[in-house]
Amino acid sequence: MADPMKIRASLQGDVVEVKVLMSHEMETGQRKDASGAIVPAHFISSVQAECNGKAVLTAHWGPAVSKNPYLAFKFKGAAKGDKVKVTWVDNKGETRTDEGTIA
Amino acid sequence: MREVEQAGIGRRRFLETTGGATLLGMLVAAGILKPSWGRAADWNKAAFEARTMKEALDALGAGAPADSKDIAVTAPDIAENGAVVPITATSNLPDTESIAFLVEANPNMLAASFLLTPASLPVVSTRVKMARTSNVSVLVKAGGRFYVATKEIKVTLGGCGG
Repeated sequence: MADPMKIRASLQGDVVEVKVLMSHEMETGQRKDASGAIVPAHFISSVQAECNGKAVLTAHWGPAVSKNPYLAFKFKGAAKGDKVKVTWVDNKGETRTDEGTIA
Repeated sequence: MREVEQAGIGRRRFLETTGGATLLGMLVAAGILKPSWGRAADWNKAAFEARTMKEALDALGAGAPADSKDIAVTAPDIAENGAVVPITATSNLPDTESIAFLVEANPNMLAASFLLTPASLPVVSTRVKMARTSNVSVLVKAGGRFYVATKEIKVTLGGCGG
């Protein structure tokens, strides 16, 4: 199981700003190891953010997103104390879900 | 006994050869992932594997997007480390539906695409890898049409070294 995400969600006016830091290798599949063999691609391909059971953002990524990906986005229609749930799935089918509380 | 073993190997080979996108589809089919996710999460394999700008745009259904001044691309002019280039895209176009980041000099141009909902604001940030100095395009789908804004980012140290 991958390390937990860091999720920070803050309410400014009626807009929630969410910042997520994920822990993932994001291997491109282009790099070679010391013996010259290609390191197989391993990257987060989809990220889904939900708040109060409603999807607020879906991201599809290729391996060009940096290692330990950072994602920031904004949405409306939530209050302090609501939970923002973020789920990622990588190209090997591994997945992780974490929650942050809007402050 | 031998037959059973052979069947086992066959299954393993099958699992090995089914790629990531297919696996995602299998998870959706198996009901592990919610259907709402399934619909939104049609990972566009053709677009992510496209090797030219035209291929990528065609795979995204964008054709020839119009240049737009209503898209702001916020990124450094010079990135010292191509492995971590922060990019923020802000769309001021009404009814923005999706935002995609494309790095022209990368082996596969499409780096990320974001599907917005009515609740989300058309502002997204992430960090991408850049092989070398390149134009970075932000493609926005708004009101069913595609728009693009481009910014050149100079890279002093590539992000895809081997």
